[in-house]
Amino acid sequence: MRRDGRVGLAHRRLSIIDLAGGQQPMSNEDGSLWTTYNGEIFNYLELRKDLEARGHRFRTKSDTEVILHAYEEYGDSCVDRFNGQWAFAIWDARKARLFLSRDRLGVRPLFFTIADGHFIFASEIKAIFCHRAVPRAIDPEALDQVFTFWHTQPPRTIFRDVQIIPPGHSMAVEAGKVRSWPYWRLDYALNDAPVDEAALTAQLRELLVDATRLRLRADVPVGAYLSGGLDSTVITGIIKRFTDTPLKTFSVVFEDAEFDESGYQDEAIRHLETEHHQVKCTKADICRVFPDVIWHTETPILRTAPAPLFILSDLVRQHGYKVVLTGEGSDEMLGGYDLFKEAKIRRFWGAQPKSRCRPLLLKRLYPYMKNLQSQSDSYLRAFFHVDAEKLNDPLFSHIPRWDLTAKLKSFFSGDVLAALRARDAVADMRSALDTRFPTWTPFAQAQWLETTGLLPGYILSSQGDRMSMAHSVEGRFPFLDHRVVEFSSRLPPRLKMKGLDEKYLLKRAAKDLVPAAVLRRPKQPYRAPDAESFFAGGKAREEYVDELLSAKRLRDDGLFDPGSVSLLLEKVRRGRAIGVKDNMAFVGILSTQLCLAKFVEETGVN
Amino acid sequence: MEMVPTSENVPEEIRRFVINSFLFGKDGADFSNDDSFLEKGIVDSTGILELIGFLEERFQIKVADEDLLPENLDSVNRVAAFVNQKRAG
Repeated sequence: MRRDGRVGLAHRRLSIIDLAGGQQPMSNEDGSLWTTYNGEIFNYLELRKDLEARGHRFRTKSDTEVILHAYEEYGDSCVDRFNGQWAFAIWDARKARLFLSRDRLGVRPLFFTIADGHFIFASEIKAIFCHRAVPRAIDPEALDQVFTFWHTQPPRTIFRDVQIIPPGHSMAVEAGKVRSWPYWRLDYALNDAPVDEAALTAQLRELLVDATRLRLRADVPVGAYLSGGLDSTVITGIIKRFTDTPLKTFSVVFEDAEFDESGYQDEAIRHLETEHHQVKCTKADICRVFPDVIWHTETPILRTAPAPLFILSDLVRQHGYKVVLTGEGSDEMLGGYDLFKEAKIRRFWGAQPKSRCRPLLLKRLYPYMKNLQSQSDSYLRAFFHVDAEKLNDPLFSHIPRWDLTAKLKSFFSGDVLAALRARDAVADMRSALDTRFPTWTPFAQAQWLETTGLLPGYILSSQGDRMSMAHSVEGRFPFLDHRVVEFSSRLPPRLKMKGLDEKYLLKRAAKDLVPAAVLRRPKQPYRAPDAESFFAGGKAREEYVDELLSAKRLRDDGLFDPGSVSLLLEKVRRGRAIGVKDNMAFVGILSTQLCLAKFVEETGVN
Repeated sequence: MEMVPTSENVPEEIRRFVINSFLFGKDGADFSNDDSFLEKGIVDSTGILELIGFLEERFQIKVADEDLLPENLDSVNRVAAFVNQKRAG
């Protein structure tokens, strides 16, 4: 804790670099700059050398001190030199100015509010709520966004009076004014140079190796997640091949074959000879930990998929590890998601709507979705919004997902629907597109929507940072090294998805690093059992489920329609909620009710 | 065991199923028996399967893959006609 009359900074540390010397809040030599900082600047050794050459003297071996000296030397633009994941504030006493910044892709969170004449910031919303002047209320417009996009759009959070600094932004608080600006933006303008596939393959590999090498920097042992998918296996393969790090890897396995990937995990473990630890996640586990999961996500979620990762980070911590590398970001940067493939097929079909063969590709894309296999073309065309007129819609790739999710809004109460009458979350999204968006390829447009939307809003937060940090484990993501991101975004789409072969260039770059079975496997989206996790034999497994979804509680809370929820509940209880929509509705409503109970009403549950 | 319904109340049963299972009790008033499920966004790909499951169980009919067409299944009245035709045949 540090106070100097106008400003108070506080810090709770997870010590990873310079365990003894890196205490925070930390100041420069003359005490004119103070910082509190969450995250890692992976290239701190190189930056330090540069700063020493410019006359800066260091007292510690920490990356925290590098931030202070880099700010002294370069001012606000110091962040342009950082390779890492950060959320920090620097109090510049001479200028009476607070400078805050958040990393480019949004790995580390940074929330703020203005209440009672104070600017309050923290890396968790619950810390902000410790200030009694901050009102606690759910924002209906934020709820509308969650029930459309799966997440809120920064700077909005689910709480009306708390905001989040968007990824890639810095902020200054000075003379009573708050101003924020983007210091970095994604750009998908294609390279002018002729495409030399072999050279690009080598370049991607080199970048990934260096990104991984930098992310192994720590004064504590570093482990890795091994999901059985391509991305985490590539990262583990790189660690194995290019470093001396003794390898411990971790994974989740499921009882249900629909979700379980242990077969591919075993292939990877055998091939890479890692010391592997796994934890089995049951439906009962998901139900049991779910209230704690929401305590950490600090926002409603529509899937239970974060819960197994909460359990996994606990396993990591039990083994004494504080840092793990994972494959996050690869699907967004290098073109892995089914959504990209789906958009490509829909576009292909939409160009020839009468084709009998083109719809077959959609069935091939989702072999595991039994409900699609028997559908006629006219149904497929409707479900996938295949329509020649929609081909030029800038949001073409994401409309089916958002449209499906937005159906869940029918569960909102009359009051919430009335408050939202004039709102249209998708229209807001349309008007918030990057000005260069129309100049990019359709594939890149879909990538941008995914990389600025779901990635920071859900994948890196609810499913990433919040789940690992819940057990004081730090995730590090080589695919999100900004050099990898900048390189990938300028690649032609055909090197990301060749025909319907996803992550084409990555597979070429990593083919000798991963077992052939993992290289060739069909992609399986990471999922966990949803609504079914909360019931057994027609009864809720835990009391909180009945309590939070009772008609009385729903009526008192006022966000959802008790009649509709009771029909949904009945359907789930009887094991009849088999569709994505019903499952998302159930998890979304339950997690919103948990947010209310834990943060707004503070009644707690369990 | 519930009685198998007569052809007169088939539309009513189907309507109730659609309102309870897909609309969760809402929109009952402004949803007519001729409204298209697809145009109103009432069914998705799983919804079709749920509907088939309900028809097979409740009306003791068999629905073949080639029957899965909007002509048969895209409104309460179309479904009712389809069910009655199946039961007659």
